[in-house]
Amino acid sequence: MKVHSRSPRREAKEKLRFLGAAESQQQQKKGGGDGGDDGGEKGAGGKKLAKKGEDLKEEMDSLIDEIDEVLEENAEEFVKNYVQRGGQ
Amino acid sequence: MAIPKVMGTEIEYGITVKNDRDFDPISSCVLLVNSYREESTTKILWDYDQENPLADARGFQVEGEKYTPNQQENIARNKTLANGARYYVDHAHPEYSCPEVTNARDLVIHEKAGERIVEQSRRDANRVLPPGTQMLIYKNNSDRKGNSYGSHENYLMDRRTSFKQIVEHLMPFFVTRQIYSGAGKVGSENRAHPCEYQLSQRADFFETEVALDTMVKRPIINTRDEPHADREKYRRLHVIVGDANMSEFTIWLRNGLTALVLAMIEDGAVDRDLSFRDPVRAIKEISHDASCRREVEMQSGRRRSAVQVQREYLEMARRYVATREVAAEVKDLIVEWERVLDALERDPMELRGEIDWIIKRALIEGFMERKGVDWGSPQVQMLDLQYHDLRPDKGLYYILERQGRVRRVVTDEEIERAVLYPPEDTRAYFRGGCLRRYGTQVFGVNWDSISFGIGDEPIKRVMMIEPLKGSKQHVEALFNSSPTAAELVRNLRS
Repeated sequence: MKVHSRSPRREAKEKLRFLGAAESQQQQKKGGGDGGDDGGEKGAGGKKLAKKGEDLKEEMDSLIDEIDEVLEENAEEFVKNYVQRGGQ
Repeated sequence: MAIPKVMGTEIEYGITVKNDRDFDPISSCVLLVNSYREESTTKILWDYDQENPLADARGFQVEGEKYTPNQQENIARNKTLANGARYYVDHAHPEYSCPEVTNARDLVIHEKAGERIVEQSRRDANRVLPPGTQMLIYKNNSDRKGNSYGSHENYLMDRRTSFKQIVEHLMPFFVTRQIYSGAGKVGSENRAHPCEYQLSQRADFFETEVALDTMVKRPIINTRDEPHADREKYRRLHVIVGDANMSEFTIWLRNGLTALVLAMIEDGAVDRDLSFRDPVRAIKEISHDASCRREVEMQSGRRRSAVQVQREYLEMARRYVATREVAAEVKDLIVEWERVLDALERDPMELRGEIDWIIKRALIEGFMERKGVDWGSPQVQMLDLQYHDLRPDKGLYYILERQGRVRRVVTDEEIERAVLYPPEDTRAYFRGGCLRRYGTQVFGVNWDSISFGIGDEPIKRVMMIEPLKGSKQHVEALFNSSPTAAELVRNLRS
């Protein structure tokens, strides 16, 4: 499956956006064995990337627009019809 | 000294077929599971002889009928994969049980590999469905109409630790860990108090403290005593209280911290009474409080918030690791645990890139603000569901992940590899290796055995009652000197 793979360049760009989104965290520690998240955080983190409220809102708005595009169209009907048999 | 916490998860997925009025979950599940094709493993039986789901950890056998399908049905419902996993139909849901792993990071990799395997088979299944219909799969735990399906964790435990001790020291941890392991849910169900949004998908469904059931009157601590290993030495703690998580970081914390607390219990390092007066009520009260500040009544008469109770466990964990050698991952877990609890105390929204219930809540709140809708809106309910959608282009969690808005713990390459290959440090390596090498001669598989049908000879069953034996280190030379299953069996005997 290729759907999840990302180019290194895009990955770097996305990392910046994540840090922006999570800027109010006091620190971004490495965790979870850190996987592909090696390096870059210290230098790139902090104030340099901190976005002003308005930028964040704009970013959120563009995300919501994107979500709105993929959201199941007939939400009411769809949610009503989503019935499962109980499992474990 | 605590035994290694070999672990795994079993995820039951929600399934539906859009635009199909005659949707039948069971036949859809059979189609789905059989749409996943691995060349060598299509006709292998799941070995039900090794199962005993009605043994109770409190020391008795429950009356009931054990399920054993006929051979044809068995093959249609069960796929044992070369990565060591079991992919199968459980009741009316597809289920993926990942192979045994030894640490939380590997657990994330293999649970995520399961999502991709289910998604790949979903796409293949859709090719044979009538035009205009589409199978959809959700990694969640509820249809929000009172029907729940589980995501279970399993942890290997030392049988010398009494079940009573486990229950006593684990209950407060299970009631409170949802503050960082919940997958989030809009509204409530199963006759729970109304609420706009809650931390856990599952909390509304727990009706008793300790029991064997998993489908009705669900208990916070399940007593199933089916170790799938040497029962003189081991228990398998079967955890049914968790949510199906999308966030890698959430999965990592959930399994890593639970394994750590279980090791502490085995070593007698949980030495405080943190009991809630009414755990069943407490788990719902905590789930229904998105501020994470509500204080709940303890047995002692005091009131404590979930964060405060978790801090007590954290403090005991710090003392525990100070006096012994622990894996680097455990140290990372403790650091993150404290950071997460601090953030939850200040403002849970700080974790909107890390913890499932908060990621989802932030997304929904952003949507409500932009669209001017409220918690009762069908679109909000749709967001709640679609967060768990396995389609990479439509699943909201995956969209956030692709945009780099959620914290990752593992890499795509590691997940892709785990779709095909087992972990190397447990018996899953032997299971997967046998399937890959001798698939056509494998007759049946269970977690603790694999049997071979070679020519006209009687079936030969190899037992694997030690979860850590059968690792690459143990069996690579054996594999290399056994080009055929017959030689493998001969070499095992000599």
